[in-house]
Amino acid sequence: MTALLEVRDLAVVFDGFRAIDGVDFTVDSGELRFLIGPNGAGKTTLIDIITGLTKPTTGTVVFDGNSLAGKREHERVRLGIGRTFQTSVVFEDLTVLENLDLAASFRRPLWSLLRRRKGVIAAVEQALETTGLADLAPRKAGVLSHGQRQWLEIGMLIAQGPRLLLLDEPVAGMSSEERARTGELLTSIAKDHTVIVIEHDMEFLRRYASQVTVLHEGKVLIEGSVDEVRADPRVQEVYLGRAREEAAHDAVT
Amino acid sequence: MTAVLEKPTRQLTPKEPRQWKGPAVFVAVAIIALVVMPLVLEPFRLGLLAKYLCYAIVALGIGLAWGQGGMLTLGQGVFFGLGGYAMGMYLKLNDAGGDLPDFMVWSGVEDLPALWAPFGNPVFALAMVVVVPLVVAVLLGTLVFRQRVRGAYFAILTQALAAAMVILLVGQQGLTGGTNGLTNFFDFFGNDVAAESTQRGLYLTVAIVLGVLYLAAWQLVRSRFGRLLLAVRDGEDRVRFLGYNPATVKTITFAISAVMAGIAGALFVPVVGIISPALLGVVPSLELVVAVAVGGRFALAGAVLGAVVMGYAKTYFSEELPDAWLYLQGALFILVMTLAPKGIVGVATALRARVRKEASA
Repeated sequence: MTALLEVRDLAVVFDGFRAIDGVDFTVDSGELRFLIGPNGAGKTTLIDIITGLTKPTTGTVVFDGNSLAGKREHERVRLGIGRTFQTSVVFEDLTVLENLDLAASFRRPLWSLLRRRKGVIAAVEQALETTGLADLAPRKAGVLSHGQRQWLEIGMLIAQGPRLLLLDEPVAGMSSEERARTGELLTSIAKDHTVIVIEHDMEFLRRYASQVTVLHEGKVLIEGSVDEVRADPRVQEVYLGRAREEAAHDAVT
Repeated sequence: MTAVLEKPTRQLTPKEPRQWKGPAVFVAVAIIALVVMPLVLEPFRLGLLAKYLCYAIVALGIGLAWGQGGMLTLGQGVFFGLGGYAMGMYLKLNDAGGDLPDFMVWSGVEDLPALWAPFGNPVFALAMVVVVPLVVAVLLGTLVFRQRVRGAYFAILTQALAAAMVILLVGQQGLTGGTNGLTNFFDFFGNDVAAESTQRGLYLTVAIVLGVLYLAAWQLVRSRFGRLLLAVRDGEDRVRFLGYNPATVKTITFAISAVMAGIAGALFVPVVGIISPALLGVVPSLELVVAVAVGGRFALAGAVLGAVVMGYAKTYFSEELPDAWLYLQGALFILVMTLAPKGIVGVATALRARVRKEASA
């Protein structure tokens, strides 16, 4: 296996606060990697840097041998990096089908976009099938439930045909049934994609994760299999210690 | 990839119902505009309608940029003026027949300015009607949208541009005719510009140009590009992560709207017989935005309708109650923005839905 994504010595400082503080992070081609850590650990910031939303203060991000420095967001998408957001953003005035079609069409030359869409292209059909949204294809995305929106986002990501998928808390706010479906969806996508998932939910992690990276206060705490990570006392301290603090805090208020 | 979730049970390609209502309405309106109106209206009124249809072309562009693309452009007068002056310069030179245009003589200009010389050629002048607004809009759009200037800042910028344009035109008396602008035209491509037949021909030309541009805009809105434009309007930042550069999409759309305004300006000049700074400054630019809002900015038809309705309203009230018009216009804008953000088109759609619901109940 070869490294698809290499993050070296990364740091980002917001007004003196070191959100990311010297992170080294490698993801191999074909991997499904979970990124966990308490709130404020720098998970989303790391994804933001990889996708170009945030500029790093120091350090490098190399994707498939190309440095991403100075590349704008849409240029990184064109290299094959796709992402979803914690709060899903789909285009409510467009139908589910149109949302997917736009996601699948960005490689077309601009002039060819001036024609009307005729029929459904294969990538979109596959995304509809994979996400189970086929019945909702002609509906406006504005009518979708929270879970369906997340699946549409994931569907749009698949339709883009990226080489690296970054999912930011895909099961946040979902019912347990929706979580299970999302987990299956994730497993299916991971078969032929390289995926990085940010997730808080321990139960979800236990069921679907294999390789895990734990971030804490902007640093990589530990990397390994789910079991190794769960057994590590530092991880327990970070999570349990926080739980203890929160319990104490709750008792006070 | 195998589908892990429920297999779809229905046909994936939804059959879109055959659209006939839209084209039928378009043909009906075209017949009214091209056949009925020239028969029914006296020449003066037909001239007024021609003027409103010129404004409707600008409104169509505003509908595209603002309604579809979310770019509130308060300075379309700039592009209207660029097109208008290009046409006006040709007409003045043509009338002068090798001499200096009249206003230059009055301003004490002795030689034809270099800027004017090529406009004696009608092909060049007509090309400039399209090229100058296009180039200005592309330059402006590239600069502004790349820097992610949007929303109110973009609106203020375009308005400032309209104000600057007026100052520029007024200040260059000898070059532009100053406050008076370019007027006193006699000949229009071999016809007496004031003649009834010429004016009828001009009316028909304006109506046909509007129709063609409307169809082109309609096609654009229905295309993938149109879907992308809506996406940029509703979530510019998200669009970047779909692999598109929103700045390019916005620049292209803004340029199209600018070209429409330029063409409208060029048609306006022979129809009304004048182009001057007062016709393209901040106020006329704003009036058209109000008209688009009143008609319904989210539908191209709403933009066109708004321009014609507000044009008639302005004429009517200026004749009957000249003092009330400005207040009425302001009140109407506030009313529409607060109570009916989708304008006349939105109200009509809602009424039709209600009637249909009651009929089926």
